[in-house]
Amino acid sequence: MNPASHLGTSPIRTDAPAKVRGTLRYTDDLIRPGTLQTAVLFSPLAHAEIQKIETAAAAAAPGVRGVFTGADWPDVLIGLYMGDKPPLARGKVRYHGEPVAVVVADDEACALNALRLVKVEYAPLPALGSPREALAPGAPILHPELATYAKIPDILPEPGTNVANRTKIRKGDPAQAFAAADVVVESECAFPPGNHVAMEPRVAIAEYGADGRLEIDSSTQSPFEVRNLLARALGMPERRIVVRAGPIGGGFGGKAGIMLEPLAALLAMRFPGRPVRLANTREADLLSSPGRPGLQARVKLAARADGTLLGADIEFLFDSGGYADYAVNVSRAAAISCTGPYNVPNLKTDSLCVYTNHPFATAFRGFGHIELSYATERAMDLLAERLQMDPADLRLKNAIRRGDLTPTGAPMDENTGDLPACLARVRKRLAWDAQPHRVVQPDGKIRAKGISCFWKAPAIPTFTDAGAVLYFAEDGSATLGTGVIEIGQGAHEGLRMLVAEALQTDLDRVHVTRAVDTDRSPHDWATAASRSLFMAGRAALEAVADAVVQIQRTAAVPLQCRPEDLDVAGGRVFVRAEPARFLPLEKVVLGYVYPNGNAIGGPVVGRGRYITPDLTGLDPDTGAGKPWLEWTLGAEGVEVEVDPADGAIRVLQAACAMDVGKVVHPALARGQVVGAMAMGIGYSLCEGFVFDARQVVQNGSLRDYKILRYGEEPDYFVDFVETPQHDGPYGLRGLGEQGIVGMPGCLSQAASLAVGAHLAELPMTPEVLWKKMQESAR
Amino acid sequence: MKELSGIVEIVLRVNGEDRRAAVRPGDTLLRVLREKLGLTGAKCGCENGDCGACTVLLDGKPVKSCMVLAVECEDAAVTTIEGLRDHPVQQAFAEENGFQCGFCTPGMILNAAALVDAHPEPDDAVDREWMQSNLCRCTGYEGIRNALAAARKKLAAP
Ligand code: FES
Ligand code: FES
Repeated sequence: MNPASHLGTSPIRTDAPAKVRGTLRYTDDLIRPGTLQTAVLFSPLAHAEIQKIETAAAAAAPGVRGVFTGADWPDVLIGLYMGDKPPLARGKVRYHGEPVAVVVADDEACALNALRLVKVEYAPLPALGSPREALAPGAPILHPELATYAKIPDILPEPGTNVANRTKIRKGDPAQAFAAADVVVESECAFPPGNHVAMEPRVAIAEYGADGRLEIDSSTQSPFEVRNLLARALGMPERRIVVRAGPIGGGFGGKAGIMLEPLAALLAMRFPGRPVRLANTREADLLSSPGRPGLQARVKLAARADGTLLGADIEFLFDSGGYADYAVNVSRAAAISCTGPYNVPNLKTDSLCVYTNHPFATAFRGFGHIELSYATERAMDLLAERLQMDPADLRLKNAIRRGDLTPTGAPMDENTGDLPACLARVRKRLAWDAQPHRVVQPDGKIRAKGISCFWKAPAIPTFTDAGAVLYFAEDGSATLGTGVIEIGQGAHEGLRMLVAEALQTDLDRVHVTRAVDTDRSPHDWATAASRSLFMAGRAALEAVADAVVQIQRTAAVPLQCRPEDLDVAGGRVFVRAEPARFLPLEKVVLGYVYPNGNAIGGPVVGRGRYITPDLTGLDPDTGAGKPWLEWTLGAEGVEVEVDPADGAIRVLQAACAMDVGKVVHPALARGQVVGAMAMGIGYSLCEGFVFDARQVVQNGSLRDYKILRYGEEPDYFVDFVETPQHDGPYGLRGLGEQGIVGMPGCLSQAASLAVGAHLAELPMTPEVLWKKMQESAR
Repeated sequence: MKELSGIVEIVLRVNGEDRRAAVRPGDTLLRVLREKLGLTGAKCGCENGDCGACTVLLDGKPVKSCMVLAVECEDAAVTTIEGLRDHPVQQAFAEENGFQCGFCTPGMILNAAALVDAHPEPDDAVDREWMQSNLCRCTGYEGIRNALAAARKKLAAP
């Protein structure tokens, strides 16, 4: 009577029909007549004083309902962990692309037409092009008001400097470790900021009702957080704000913070009763809305002659751009995991989030881990070279294991994944131990391999939560409501499988509510940090258990038994010892009706809750604490082919093995990892902003900002190890972001080997590789 | 060469139906499909010809609808994703996980449908050239490549 387990099968996603037929409505597909349209004027300069803005001519243009500048909201500051950003620039602009003025009009053509009539006079200021420049003595201070910004206690800015956050880790006795070391290596590396390039540009549509309520439709990963942050920024209680979201067209962290919603809300409040649409063009999405941080890093390692790591001295300088947004916590996350997945007993780390005059940065897939991994993997490669050790052997020797202390001093627990097993699978796939790692082909092209290890822990509030409700319909089917946004990752699919598994029912008898609405959906922190299936999954399982109790209670009466003697499975509730005594669920879930019409019970509503237990903040001086919930460990490897004639690089194969605890839907799990690896290849080989000397972005359109295209992808190999995560539903842990984390490391190792030089900057474009080869030939 | 100004009424043949719309001469086909005809399957990914999310078929050939004016399309048959029903390419995308977020999917499917129509036999160079018109940020293209192969197989089956 019980259907076979669903876990580990790969049913077709329930959103497939709507997606392949183009009928799924994303946020900007909600086209409503009467909507006011907007056009935004962006700063053409990276750093300048705004001397004058002329709006009168634009305001008088046909169809225009209003023209607004920063002066219209002199006190509003927006931020996630620290409120540092005005909705429109006030007094000065801090990055190329910062919004300066907005025209609101009856249609887009009118708005765009009027926008040309807005005249701004700027007095250029010297622009800061990197964290190191921003930290140099005498650098202009971008936020003189830093001391006055509202922030959460975990963020530690340094007023009077350009440091938006500094997270310190102090563990053991690093000075002693360096003194005792047989070998010390020091590595530096860097890359510029870039963008998520989700295919759906960000959009928010706001309406301010006569009842004083703000209604916002947004392409956000975090509707509850948007509600909460908006409430704070606008000084309006949460009960007067509703945010509706999802499904959205890719997020990758770029839709996790608060972006267009505040300005859309402020505009809507000027035009009560009319929806106002604020939609990014692709160019605005690239430049004006937040992207991902850049990095300058220095990693010093101390080791014994046999490769055992003794200590590390690490400095991460995150390029946060003109505003801090999520980047302050990205720098904090990188500190928490700063060593990569290696046991490093003695440690001194400073991870800084630094203001520059670049486009500002927010969360990005990997959240600090891709950055720290690149920096530490580059240093590990230097160490392997110095020791003349196989880079994979060096990693294996130092692989973090159960009982080892993480950088923040908390021990790796019984849930620790099996990194050696992951590494072994990648080695095998790449024939690492059977073939040379660098081969010159008959046609002169050079093939080379690289391998890396990674880890990732979600950097989340200590009270990260997820709620779930389970309703039932007349046919006995169940509908799960959560606050999880379907951003393409397939979390709704995974949740559906968990619920069906727990109810022991067919998959098609479980439905997951697609849209999230802060008025109606249970609270959920955010669809970020690869935590949805874990946390909302836990809540969903609790909701199922709660529903089952209610079902048992109702069914026990007509079945004339005790509630605890009943089981639910296969769409029935039955007496455990006597399964032939049963009721179909549809006779119970809305209440049981006797033949004479009398009824008992009532609708079953399952309630589930989850909140992260036992997490702490970090000690501000030492970083000690337990801020992490779980670690996903893994290894990645690549084989590349470089053409010495022009530096062209192709990734032939990319392999990833990670310990995910439990694979729920193998095809979707693989899809997440493959997509992340592809993004990591783009990150390493072609992506990133290019600036001129005044920090104006030179590649602010999709024509010039290159991401991976069809046919440039490698052969992917994905393998999973399943060491259970005991507090995860059915033993699972997060896997959505992790595939990107190790890619820059293994690609840099392979490309360095191919060109015969240690590469320490991204992206490794053909031009860069060609130049390196010319240099090393000399 | 036509000369138009103000608001003009045009008739577009979309998915086999005649659809009337009042448009400005400068309106792109993409905006008219989405905003006047309610066919939001075609997406605004860049409106600059770079991403392919807006791809539709004009007389069976893939075209970036952000790069053509609606008034130019009066004599053509327009096929949007909404006009494609149970096409083997659609089935293949569903079965092979040729999508994740789905935002690139309508354009991707229409382009792929035109590709397998023009080139029933797989050819890596042709496929690459053809499919590079469309960007996908989610899938790493593995599912799309598999869907293309599966669609060709379905079409070849008797
Ligand atoms: S929207 Fe037409 S190509 Fe991007
Ligand atoms: S499925 Fe998201 S962009 Fe292709």
